[in-house]
Amino acid sequence: MTTTSRVAQTAPPAGRNTPTSASAKAQTFRSRNRIDPTYYWMIVPVLALFAFFITLPALVGVFFSLTNYAGYGDWKFIGLSNYVNIFKDPAVLQSYIFTLVFALTTTVVVNIVALAIALGLNAKITWRTGIRTVFFIPMVLSALIVSFVFNYLFSNTLPVLAERFGVTPLATSILANENLAWLAIVLVTVWQAAPGATIIYLAGLQSVPSEVYEAADLDGAGSFRQFLSLTLPLILGYLVINVILGFKGFLGTYEIIVGLTGGGPGMATQSVAMRIFSGFTGGDYSYQMANAVIYFLITLLISVIQLRLIQRRGVSL
Amino acid sequence: MTASTLTDTLTGAAAPARKARRSRRSRRSGREGYKVNWWLTALMIVASLTVLLPLYFTVAMALKSPDQIGTGTGLAWPNPMNWENFAAAYVATNFPRAFMSTAFVTVLSVLGSLASSSLVAYAIARNWNRKFFRGSFVYLLSAMFIPFPVIILPLIKQTALLGLDNPAGVVFLHVLGGISFNTLLYIAFVRSIPVELEESARMDGATTWQVFRKIIFPLLAPMNATVGIFAFLGSWNDFLLPQMMIADPSLQTLPVVQMLFQGEFNTNYSLAFASYLMAMAPTLVVYILAQRWVLSGVMRGAVK
Repeated sequence: MTTTSRVAQTAPPAGRNTPTSASAKAQTFRSRNRIDPTYYWMIVPVLALFAFFITLPALVGVFFSLTNYAGYGDWKFIGLSNYVNIFKDPAVLQSYIFTLVFALTTTVVVNIVALAIALGLNAKITWRTGIRTVFFIPMVLSALIVSFVFNYLFSNTLPVLAERFGVTPLATSILANENLAWLAIVLVTVWQAAPGATIIYLAGLQSVPSEVYEAADLDGAGSFRQFLSLTLPLILGYLVINVILGFKGFLGTYEIIVGLTGGGPGMATQSVAMRIFSGFTGGDYSYQMANAVIYFLITLLISVIQLRLIQRRGVSL
Repeated sequence: MTASTLTDTLTGAAAPARKARRSRRSRRSGREGYKVNWWLTALMIVASLTVLLPLYFTVAMALKSPDQIGTGTGLAWPNPMNWENFAAAYVATNFPRAFMSTAFVTVLSVLGSLASSSLVAYAIARNWNRKFFRGSFVYLLSAMFIPFPVIILPLIKQTALLGLDNPAGVVFLHVLGGISFNTLLYIAFVRSIPVELEESARMDGATTWQVFRKIIFPLLAPMNATVGIFAFLGSWNDFLLPQMMIADPSLQTLPVVQMLFQGEFNTNYSLAFASYLMAMAPTLVVYILAQRWVLSGVMRGAVK
């Protein structure tokens, strides 16, 4: 009696509990000498390091967000006043607006570009391997260095070209333009992030059985109609993954901004992450920790909403 | 697992898979054969210039003398070419030292990620019925919801206190920062390995360590490639952590060293671009040489 219940207990999850007589015997054999302590040796050191290097700093940060610690010297508890002040701080508000608008715009553009590239690579083109190699190059390059290269293009090459062709609005660097600088950041981020999203879309397009298209061909559906009514609904799950992964990543954008504008002109392109990092040298350590906690709560909220949407759609990750 | 088969098909990772794709494609265009869409091909080639032009520009700039840069667009190919920029950049950035530092961080991060996440995933997957392991899994996954900016300030203070404000400290953070995602990748894979395989080894007297080392780890090879590629790219190109953590400038990694050319008064652009190119070259070369593996590896991670 006990043996059978033990077998049921040790049966691994996810539909593999159809024990043949041999494996059932093996399971009993294993469960009889209880758990091998080796398994604990495999996981406990990592858990300890993880707790120390990831969880502990998070808790310390929350703790200091309730103090007036400047990053050095004495400190005392000041309750929630850091949080109250943040809600009154126009610079912080500005960084949140910039970050959200930037992340939303970039997510949309990246997905359109990536889907277009994926459709192109998946279509009947020739030299597919070579073209694909080229399109995925940005994925392996350092975002910071790429931004330095684009920095020169935006601030030197583009103005010279604009002047030559008489496009006066672009004759000065768009990186120095308060209203346009963020578009340059969007552009470089798209350049960097599109290949990753393209790969996911390619996987999605490959998962659509060709019979579906054959049937649509017979019914006389044009290629645009096929894309809207067949391809798009069938790869919806991949789109959801891309949107979630992308949006979360773009919220934390740092290197590309450092390489292009450094947060300028003024504070026009300062992201939340950059503001938080400034707490390290700016003497407002505890204040930026409060900012970090709010940032964490916002990203958590977004993640929860996205996960809810996934579950409703019944998409499996 | 169908997903990963598809990815192999797509990137041509396995020869039989590629054949399958061929046959499927020919079936699809069965009646009129494989008709190349030349318009689309041309469009794709034009579109790929968006990637190639900035790269061409980087190379062209790196080969120019300051005079050739002048006030032009920088797009013209230099004549004559100035190869000495590379030698100058090599000295200015102390390239060998930065390279060794980056290589140190990258190699250890890759090895650390492979070893730690595969072990953790194996232990969790094989003890899923035990609360402790299930709880650990949820705990590790929770890190995916903590954005890095949230922990970075206390983290830097902490590592500085421990004397880990050096490349070794960065290695720790690279490994631990990626462990949630990597474990997630591995667990799905470990579950697909039949337990019977290990049981027979255990009957013959193998310990759990031996089972892991001799049976499980080799079987994880495809996932090892995926995790390794992600760890390599992430570690080699990382800017944030080395910049914030490494206190000694002479131990800085390649991306951070490039900040040298961002000074207000720096006008030596050819030197800067030569240096950029040297910093980008390793990943670029690895990618072009091993692109089939890189793409299939990344795709396997993407689909999971």
